[in-house]
Amino acid sequence: MSQAKSTLTAIEEVGFRDEVREWLAANFPPSLTGDGEAQRRILKDSELITGDLLLWRERMGGKGWAVPTWPAEYGGGGLSAAQARVLNEEMTAAGAFNPIDGPGVMMFGPTLLEYGTEDQKQEHLRGIASGKVRWCQGFSEPGAGSDLASLSTRADEHGDHFLVNGSKIWTSRGAQADMMFCLVRTDFSRKHDGISFVVFEMHQPGVKIRPIRLISGISPFCEVFFTDVKVPKANLIGPLNGGWTVAKRLLQHERSNMVMGGGTKGDAGIPLAKLAKKYVGEDQAGRIADSHLRMRIVDNEVDERAVQLTVRRIAEEAKGGSGPSTASSILKNVGMKVLQDKAELALEIMGYQGLGWEGEHFSDDELSTVREWLAGKAFSIFGGSHEVQNNIIAKRILGLPDPSQGR
Amino acid sequence: MGLLSEEQEMLRDAAKGWARQNSPVAAFRAMRDSDVAIAYDADSWKAIADMGWAGVIVPEKYGGSDFGYLSLGLVLEELGRTLTASPLAASAMGTASALVLGGTESQKALWLPRIAEGSAIGTLAIDEGTHHAPERVAAKATKSDTGYVLNGAKVFVLEGLAAHLLIVSARTAGEPGDQDGITLFAVPADAPGIGRERLALIDHRGAARITFSDVEVGAESVIGTENSGWSLLDKILDRARAGLSAEMLGAALEAFEITVEYLKVRVQFGQPIGSFQALQHRAAGMFTDLELARSTVEAALRAIDEGSPDVAELVSLAKIKVGDTFYRVSNEMIQMHGGIGMTDEHDAGFYLKRARTCEAAFGNRSYHRERFATIRGF
Repeated sequence: MSQAKSTLTAIEEVGFRDEVREWLAANFPPSLTGDGEAQRRILKDSELITGDLLLWRERMGGKGWAVPTWPAEYGGGGLSAAQARVLNEEMTAAGAFNPIDGPGVMMFGPTLLEYGTEDQKQEHLRGIASGKVRWCQGFSEPGAGSDLASLSTRADEHGDHFLVNGSKIWTSRGAQADMMFCLVRTDFSRKHDGISFVVFEMHQPGVKIRPIRLISGISPFCEVFFTDVKVPKANLIGPLNGGWTVAKRLLQHERSNMVMGGGTKGDAGIPLAKLAKKYVGEDQAGRIADSHLRMRIVDNEVDERAVQLTVRRIAEEAKGGSGPSTASSILKNVGMKVLQDKAELALEIMGYQGLGWEGEHFSDDELSTVREWLAGKAFSIFGGSHEVQNNIIAKRILGLPDPSQGR
Repeated sequence: MGLLSEEQEMLRDAAKGWARQNSPVAAFRAMRDSDVAIAYDADSWKAIADMGWAGVIVPEKYGGSDFGYLSLGLVLEELGRTLTASPLAASAMGTASALVLGGTESQKALWLPRIAEGSAIGTLAIDEGTHHAPERVAAKATKSDTGYVLNGAKVFVLEGLAAHLLIVSARTAGEPGDQDGITLFAVPADAPGIGRERLALIDHRGAARITFSDVEVGAESVIGTENSGWSLLDKILDRARAGLSAEMLGAALEAFEITVEYLKVRVQFGQPIGSFQALQHRAAGMFTDLELARSTVEAALRAIDEGSPDVAELVSLAKIKVGDTFYRVSNEMIQMHGGIGMTDEHDAGFYLKRARTCEAAFGNRSYHRERFATIRGF
């Protein structure tokens, strides 16, 4: 029975694979093949999305394949998980990429599908699926980081709308966003149960944006200030004072995307061992000349392989249908640690050349390695810090007693 | 646990049930207190063999179930949890692998059925110095009219006192340190000229020092080919290492789970000590290591079953990762238990001691880091 079913699935997959190949051949602009620069433009200013990139976005948006598993009625592809996997494989094989990305696709859309009213889904999902409307996240505040539920940006009821006052920080690409999904306090007498989840337009009076310059020299995050920002009550997602449940679900989407996308893709640059042979040299036996460094490169490779094998194991266990694996709780911390260690080792390997900030004395690779090392320090802070992840493992997986009444 | 077949799940559950019911740590303690020379309980071993676990990797034609390395690994993991003392790893994993991979038809026919039914116990007699160094073989095999004459000494031979069959590496050419010139022999442990002394180790398992004084063996006792036994030995050792890694994973898991339970019940300053974040984060760190270690151990065992080309790399990866983890967990088990963990009455010491002998066996973490770097070409 199950074998017959899986055979049927396999046949359907073959047919779908042919369909995908044909469509990609007809629609993916060849000029974009393997164009990393174009991929990076996706998340930048709208004015930069032009020419073939814009064409590709329109085609993918029209097909719904940027969000392949969303229902077609909301602008998605209406595909099964297996079909989405086939699509992904074929895109990779063709050198294509998904031209629609960001918090709307990754986090807010899936959450709205679960918690939104029919009107809200009709209003927002198509814009996300087509890439035309871009979203940003208003969660963290200067006084509410790891303890997110202590947030104090307030929304006061005024007839058919709320007035929002306060500020948000670490808003990724807030300057490029059209809409914000935002956690606000609607009841100051309760902590978790006084939070509501609202959405509103960024381009309106009372919203002020200030980019934050980071240690890496770039400004991917903003601080956003609200003064009497009008938010219609129809823009409340989930019940009044029931926003924390919605937010927790959204954070799950954020973390799972982070691990799958960030921590496990493997070598982005040159393997450390090769880099070390170039900068540090080899001994007569062909080993990296610095034996202590050599062993630390081993440790990094060992951890990286162990993480990759764990990702594979979790995927296999998921196929077995035994529910979510406890192993997935560890991935954010270890995945990010591997990347941070790798960046530290790369810097050390390059020596003086790994300390350049800018200028012609350093190669582009050297300079970008330095900037990535700095940017990577955020990996263990955002999306639930290393410490918060450990709290979650200790409490939810190991069942250790809660030290406080916090989240 | 990765995706297992229904048969593998049944095997694992059977091993788990038997170990909990019939071979808890208390059984190991009783064995230790009885000071039996072979350092395992013969009745337990008979029960293990009767369930077919000694023949899991042995082909059906020789009386085994040909069920693969991952399957045997699952059994070793469950028995490792309760520190079950048995020759399963040395005989059913290490020695059976030597015969399956390199044995002649008559060697297989002679030994494999007996190994599979548990009536014969085999072991690997490889190391001679203070550390695992399989190429540093000084024991000599000199050609004679009828075969070879063996002279030399082997240390740290697991189950050395109980063994009926020794898989011995000896030098037929070259110098200690050379990979060329090593030959493997299947030697009956009762051959004249063999001396066996018990090595009383911290873990109270059955290790021995074995001496060879003019031990005559026939030409038919060679496993593989003369002088080029190295690559075969490396493959055999990788199977032994993978099996031991599975046992270490089981022991580390149990040590961890015992410790987490203690954190929940031990009250100080008016609250369970497990509510302190300093301890919670160390526990979360150990849990993380254990999940990673499991992935590497399973990958190594699967790679052997699938005949994958990266067995050596994955086995070293597993021995490193599970070695790091068992080291950490066994130390934390003592530390987090505090004073009670220092007493002989508590089981923590057993896990600590077993962790260190497993760590040394078939290459410690330094050995395998070096090996990993070499395989990876740097």
